[in-house]
Amino acid sequence: MDTAYSPEDLAFRDEVRGFFDEAYTPELQARLRSPDYKNAIEDWQRKLYDKGWVAPNWPAEFGGTGWTATQKYIYETERSLAGIPNVVPFGLVMVANVIMAYGTDEQKEYFLPRILRSEDWWCQGYSEPGSGSDLASLKTKAERDGDDFIINGAKIWTTYAQYADWIFCLVRTDNSGKKQEGITFILIDMKSEGIKVNPIISIDNHHSLNEVEFNNVRVPAKNVVGEIGKGWTVAKALLAHERTGIAGVADVKRAVRVIKEVAAKEENGGQRLMDDPGFQQRLADIEVELMALEFTELRTLATQAAGGFPGPESSLLKIKGTELQQATQELLMEIAAYYQGVLPVDLDPEALGHEFATEARRNYMYGRAATIYGGSNEVQKNIIAKYVLGLE
Amino acid sequence: MNFDFSEEQQMVRDSIARFIQDDYDWDTRKAIVASDQGMSRDNWQLFAELGWLSIPFAEEHGGFGGNIVDLSVVMEELGKGLVVEPYFPTVVLFGGLIKRAGSEAQQAEWLPRIIGGEVLGAFAYVERQSRFALHDCQTSASKSGDGYVLNGEKVVVFNGEQADHLVVLARTAGDQSDSNGLSLFIVDAAAAGVDKMSYAMMDGQRVANITFKDVSVSADALLGEEGEALSVVDALTAEAIIALAAEAVGIMGVLNAKTLEYTKTREQFGVAISSYQALQHRMVDTMMAYEQSKSLLFKALCEYKQDPAMAAETVHALKVLIDRNGKHVFGEAIQMHGGMGMTDELDIGHYAKRLMMINTTFGDATYHRNRYVETAYAA
Repeated sequence: MDTAYSPEDLAFRDEVRGFFDEAYTPELQARLRSPDYKNAIEDWQRKLYDKGWVAPNWPAEFGGTGWTATQKYIYETERSLAGIPNVVPFGLVMVANVIMAYGTDEQKEYFLPRILRSEDWWCQGYSEPGSGSDLASLKTKAERDGDDFIINGAKIWTTYAQYADWIFCLVRTDNSGKKQEGITFILIDMKSEGIKVNPIISIDNHHSLNEVEFNNVRVPAKNVVGEIGKGWTVAKALLAHERTGIAGVADVKRAVRVIKEVAAKEENGGQRLMDDPGFQQRLADIEVELMALEFTELRTLATQAAGGFPGPESSLLKIKGTELQQATQELLMEIAAYYQGVLPVDLDPEALGHEFATEARRNYMYGRAATIYGGSNEVQKNIIAKYVLGLE
Repeated sequence: MNFDFSEEQQMVRDSIARFIQDDYDWDTRKAIVASDQGMSRDNWQLFAELGWLSIPFAEEHGGFGGNIVDLSVVMEELGKGLVVEPYFPTVVLFGGLIKRAGSEAQQAEWLPRIIGGEVLGAFAYVERQSRFALHDCQTSASKSGDGYVLNGEKVVVFNGEQADHLVVLARTAGDQSDSNGLSLFIVDAAAAGVDKMSYAMMDGQRVANITFKDVSVSADALLGEEGEALSVVDALTAEAIIALAAEAVGIMGVLNAKTLEYTKTREQFGVAISSYQALQHRMVDTMMAYEQSKSLLFKALCEYKQDPAMAAETVHALKVLIDRNGKHVFGEAIQMHGGMGMTDELDIGHYAKRLMMINTTFGDATYHRNRYVETAYAA
């Protein structure tokens, strides 16, 4: 029972801090908040690539860092505390893990280096208009035609499909058996003929979500990852990866720090909000739960470091982590008071009122999705009930 | 003991509900929000013709002579349709101040014009530093000859973009946070030295930050006694909170009904998701949240109708409960609508945003819990 950092760990932490200090420039930060987001995040990922740090979770043989679990934890903590966004997960985290585990040599050689260098933007084609929590009921059809598949159907809630060069999809190649059988995991070039991307504006007034239509889209059969008809197994492995790290402990810690900063400046008739007992208690409740979640996450990491695979316990991280994210987002909105509702205009935020309010509103509104995506929290509870508690 | 609404109240309720059903569907509202003025002047005239703008004003000024219950019926129904026309800023706030503090002459001058739909008003009270403390006021009004000169800035003024007249809270004496020395002034929004920066809020309202630079007003612009405005504003706040709570109850009811309907039609795993007990229990919880909110609203209405002073504690409690239950109801509504609840296209998120703005207007739960503690647990 010991979590103390070794001198090597502390030296590593200083190195990470030093790099972030230097590389995460104010200019880049401004671009990340601007309409130039796509190029800015790709530039940032390429900086990380040049440093050799863009894929902490990849095995060293594919270009990963070869870090220990503690080093990964330190890196993630420093990243969040510096307010640096995570890498876009669809390529570097999701499809890369699938290709490494199930891909052919040809797929690995072609896609993995391109993903490392952020040459392709990936998106995820899982949910469909009729298949959300019940993902296995998906209907997008892939019919064999010689060396190709012909794809017809639609995917929805596809984040950043408008930027994407590739989409990884679950499609139905067989209708005859159980619904989990007959699903195939396939990679589709977004420039293929017959693909149409329809934007969906979300409640934060932003365009990140899309519907992607497939109309007789021809895809080479060599783009299938894993066996034809075994896509459900592939998908489940990927979802476990999606859930680890979803707890976002370090991000919640940073949010708590921001809350303390801004609550110290807000006053009600001369009393600082940060000195208000009612406010203090609500923040304390968040911090108490956060402390526990940090160690729940560390326990999971320790299991993984010992060679274990993230199992159904990662659902706990997702549920508790997203609840805490939403709690901090809510508190920040309340601090913004009347300003929480201000829609961005072409006016100086300083002239308008509170600088943090616009970001607070966006985070709060889009944050409602955290308990819905990546397998809704209801589905996570089903997973825990079934696989941890053994309830049928 | 009787919680029924009168026949007259039922008629007003039906008339607003009919308007929303026939003339204020979701696409119409969206178009109005996106329009230049962010409201429909035609609708405003219609509200005047139908008598809705006259509800809280005395008959001698052409009003309906309604009480707090009548006002809450209007607000609840307007809430159900997410009506963005500035009823709350013009009738409840601007008109509410004039009816409370205005001289006979001022009431005779302004109330018939509000009732007739000729005036759009606003109450300018929030300042950058004030948060929810109404007495934290830097805007000044200095005596000058027979009148006053105003200087300062008000922010997030509801209906500030469209209002042609404002009631401005300004300091005629004392330091920034003194309770005494505050006064109210009726100011022409087009007067020299009044400058506004307009913007939209997430709930569809148009607001403005308004600056006053050496704005001269005559002595008869003073509303109520000089230096005694805080008690007037506190009294207005109580009525405004009850009105907002009624609007919130209307919204919660709609959210619950829409969510219930959606879960009955949305199928996953081969069945309607409403058949899952885990979701059923949560919808029972949101139903209880709605009923509890309504009950506390009724308590506030009964007390306020008898004597506004009786409702002091309940008003704070109501703001706390509406905040908590509103968040619970809209949170579950979005969650149970899944991805659809996250879209701007669907109305669910818009109802949520209005509830959020209601929560923060005149103080959120944290603020009013403290006020409740001060009021109810005072030694």
